Amino acid sequence: MEGFTTAAYIVAAVLFILSLGGLSGQESAKRAVWYGIVGMALAVFATLIGPGSGLWILSLILLAGGGAIGVYIAKRVQMTEMPQLVAAMHALVGLAAVFVGFNAHLELSNVLGMDEAARHAAEGFAAALVHKIEDPEAGALINILKVELFLGIFIGAVTFTGSVIAFGKLAGNIDGKPKQLPGGHLLNAAAAALSLILLVMYFNAPAGTGFWMVLLMTLLAFFIGYHLIMGIGGADMPVVVSMLNSYSGWAAAAIGFSLSNDLLIVTGALVGSSGAILSYIMCKAMNRHFVSVILGGFGGSGEPAAEVTGEQIAIDADGVASALDDADSVIIVPGYGLAVAQAQQSVAELSRRLRAKGKEVRFGIHPVAGRLPGHMNVLLAEAKVPYDIVLEMDEINDDFPETDVVIVIGSNDIVNPSAQEDPNSPIAGMPVLEVWKAKQVFVSKRGQGTGYSGIENPLFYKENTRMFFGDAKKSLDDLLTRID
Amino acid sequence: MRLGKPRPHPNERDGYVKIGTPREVFPGESRVAMTPDSAKQLQKLGYECAIESGAGKAAGFSDAAYAEAGVEVLGSAEELYAASDIIAKVRPPEDAEIGLLSADKTLISFFYPASNEALMEAAKEKGASVIAMDMVPRISRAQKMDALSSMANIAGYRAVIEAGNNFGRFFTGQVTAAGKVPPAKVLVVGAGVAGLAAIGTSTSLGAITYAFDVRPEVAEQIESMGAEFVYLEFDEEQTDGAATGGYAAPSSPEFREAQLAKFRELAPEMDIVITTALIPNRDAPVLWTKDMVEMMKPGSVIVDLAAERGGNCELTVKDEKIVTDNGVTIVGYTDFPSRMAAQSSTLYATNIRHMMTDLTPEKDGTVNHNMDDDVIRGATITHEGAITFPPPPPKIQAIAVKKPAEKPKELTREEKLALEREEFRKQTRSQALLLGISGALLLLVGAFAPSSFMQHFIVFVLAVFVGFQVIWNVSHSLHTPLMAVTNAISSIIILGALMQIGSGGWLVVILAALSVFMVGINIFGGFLVTRRMLAMFQKS
Repeated sequence: MEGFTTAAYIVAAVLFILSLGGLSGQESAKRAVWYGIVGMALAVFATLIGPGSGLWILSLILLAGGGAIGVYIAKRVQMTEMPQLVAAMHALVGLAAVFVGFNAHLELSNVLGMDEAARHAAEGFAAALVHKIEDPEAGALINILKVELFLGIFIGAVTFTGSVIAFGKLAGNIDGKPKQLPGGHLLNAAAAALSLILLVMYFNAPAGTGFWMVLLMTLLAFFIGYHLIMGIGGADMPVVVSMLNSYSGWAAAAIGFSLSNDLLIVTGALVGSSGAILSYIMCKAMNRHFVSVILGGFGGSGEPAAEVTGEQIAIDADGVASALDDADSVIIVPGYGLAVAQAQQSVAELSRRLRAKGKEVRFGIHPVAGRLPGHMNVLLAEAKVPYDIVLEMDEINDDFPETDVVIVIGSNDIVNPSAQEDPNSPIAGMPVLEVWKAKQVFVSKRGQGTGYSGIENPLFYKENTRMFFGDAKKSLDDLLTRID
Repeated sequence: MRLGKPRPHPNERDGYVKIGTPREVFPGESRVAMTPDSAKQLQKLGYECAIESGAGKAAGFSDAAYAEAGVEVLGSAEELYAASDIIAKVRPPEDAEIGLLSADKTLISFFYPASNEALMEAAKEKGASVIAMDMVPRISRAQKMDALSSMANIAGYRAVIEAGNNFGRFFTGQVTAAGKVPPAKVLVVGAGVAGLAAIGTSTSLGAITYAFDVRPEVAEQIESMGAEFVYLEFDEEQTDGAATGGYAAPSSPEFREAQLAKFRELAPEMDIVITTALIPNRDAPVLWTKDMVEMMKPGSVIVDLAAERGGNCELTVKDEKIVTDNGVTIVGYTDFPSRMAAQSSTLYATNIRHMMTDLTPEKDGTVNHNMDDDVIRGATITHEGAITFPPPPPKIQAIAVKKPAEKPKELTREEKLALEREEFRKQTRSQALLLGISGALLLLVGAFAPSSFMQHFIVFVLAVFVGFQVIWNVSHSLHTPLMAVTNAISSIIILGALMQIGSGGWLVVILAALSVFMVGINIFGGFLVTRRMLAMFQKS
């Protein structure tokens, strides 16, 4: 049977790779997700019938119970709530990694306490441990095992509390502003250092003892996760979520090592590197270093940013409607405000009507628009905006000068010209959508306040900009009544 | 009165300020500076209007039409000059007309003060104020009174019409039952107002239109009118039009040579050439030389809008249409606006009316000759017995100073190759460094770790590599589904829990059971939500 399980694992690993690879295109992605499902089913099935897993009826019942909840949530969740959901799911994986890590330790001490006969009778994970203990290199193997499970628990714990906080911030239960306890990152550093000391102590302690060290380290890691994410502002959430995604993968990989399970290692590594690349892409899109995002808050260059002078000129729905009527080409730039106002259906309807009149309508998406990588794409897809008119920043940035009307809906920093014009601006150098080069820009915005980052946006004061104040959904619906 | 005696203000004389327009005395001039429409507008400003009998006849406006608009029709020029406080006309005044001016009168007309100094002196002697319509500064606010542009626009249009009149073929290409007609090829040299108007007219008639200008920044305007910009490959820093008030500046001899070479290349192909190149206060540059004319096909037409100042074409004869030995027609008329007198009078009268609006800020029929106003100051050449030409430079730049963005330097092939090589070397170096370090680390681990660990480690490293390769290809728009699916896949940790659940004490079982339950949520929730998202993406 062991051979079968291993074979199933290989197939599952290949399927997972295909599943991720398939996401390179919208059409192949639909197939790709099935690869993932089949891979997962195969892996679970093989493990259940594989050597030494007991209580499989209980496992199946629990799995079904959890699955029912998962299905219920997945069916009900609003597309605008996707960031929260992903964060919450990361928390589950993180906590599971912690528990599995605990178990590895408990089993280890359990097995070490067994006599010869019991060892041979052991099944499943215990049997794998027995295998290690009886290996000629048992000492080194046990030591490595200790480091692995320690690491797995640590990463899992950071992922857990970090994801819970990220969930709270994204769902609006926790204030999105960066907040830190006095001492700031010194506290994190101290907790990390203490964890390292605990690791050394645990490493040197006799195998199977020292559970209190593991527990204490877990608490410290919980604190780090909590404090780290509390210190990061809402605008940086795309990086945070993908980073936590990465962590959950590394935790799985570390646990895989301690369980000697190659599929866990492969899958964990895949997820980990995927999250790491996503974080990197997001950081690049904001022209910031990963470290500075993690350390939280926007760092300015010290000199005051240029004062914005001028006046924001408001416009009503009639004005926007008539400008749209005259325009041949329109680009819509959505941001987080669109998600907040749940205005994706309205904006989709607007684009449909304008397209029906023969106008060229496209969407320009900044990589960090929204609170999750690709957030806007999903919202627009939900509203049935065809994906071939939804373009990335690099694809569309050169087209703004030839565009008649740009409608900015609920985005701020990603269209802020001071990123290019004002070297002292906190977001200087961040690639932005150059909407101000269009002939006319309408900004749909709730009020005159600044965006998440608290940076003034000179776009709102430009000569060709008109402010279309009000809730994005209401404004758009109002606009729709004037366009037929 | 120049010595401080206050000049009787027009208003104090009879209470009303009268604007009068005489008949143009210049032979062949058909335009008139006031139309019945503009007169109505002027009356709204509080002025009275007068016109010399027959002044609008050549432009198609009868005395009766003026009278109907409330304009007083006066019999002779003398009568008109005597009755009017403000004289609006088109052409610069003749000596006789200057004689009719006096200190309490204001003259508004074209004047070209730079080349008409004697005339300006005479006007000064008379003490009259003169506003030269050709001196209106080129700023946005003054565009509505920019008569030069109005006239240039007409000249550009008319030049194409005149060319068509002398050209024996269609402008547009046609395929007819009687055979195929190739489209005419038109070259417009100089893309100022007249040039652009010519381009617009020519493209709308269907000709293939090329245009050239020494100012590279107008390429965009040319292309926006539907013509093809003739690029000149030339290294020298080209003139920046913004620095010269939007006009072209003289170019260097080398540049001129390159330019002429380009024209020689184009000459045999072109059916119609319209030259509009003028440099302020200089003779027109010769751009279309004799040999170019000789290269052209018989039946071709050259319209030289710069004939007034010597012509851009070497063979142009001012005010005449000639046909060369090889059958090329060269039109050297200088009176294009006058040839469309109805149109040009309407526009010019409107320019004058706007000038009066600016001179009458209160709309009360009194002139406020505000010398602090950039536009009025710029256009006024004599005022209160003194010559006020040339004006100080306007406070506002003619065109917002927008230096063309430094274009990234075109690299030669060698430089590019060198750069690429350098880049490649750098990459190789950093990659080699990374590989070296990770290799060393791996060896270090391998030296201490048992072999069974190393087996897993190999799997791990390879998986990370595969992950990196695969994820880079994921499209941006699918990042959210990617996160959802990786999240679902990271539920693989359930394997650990499943292996543990059956082996060990109650605590192990409970923890493992909890894990299975939580991860169960994740597996189903994660995959399902991914599917939901992906199902939404659809093509139009």
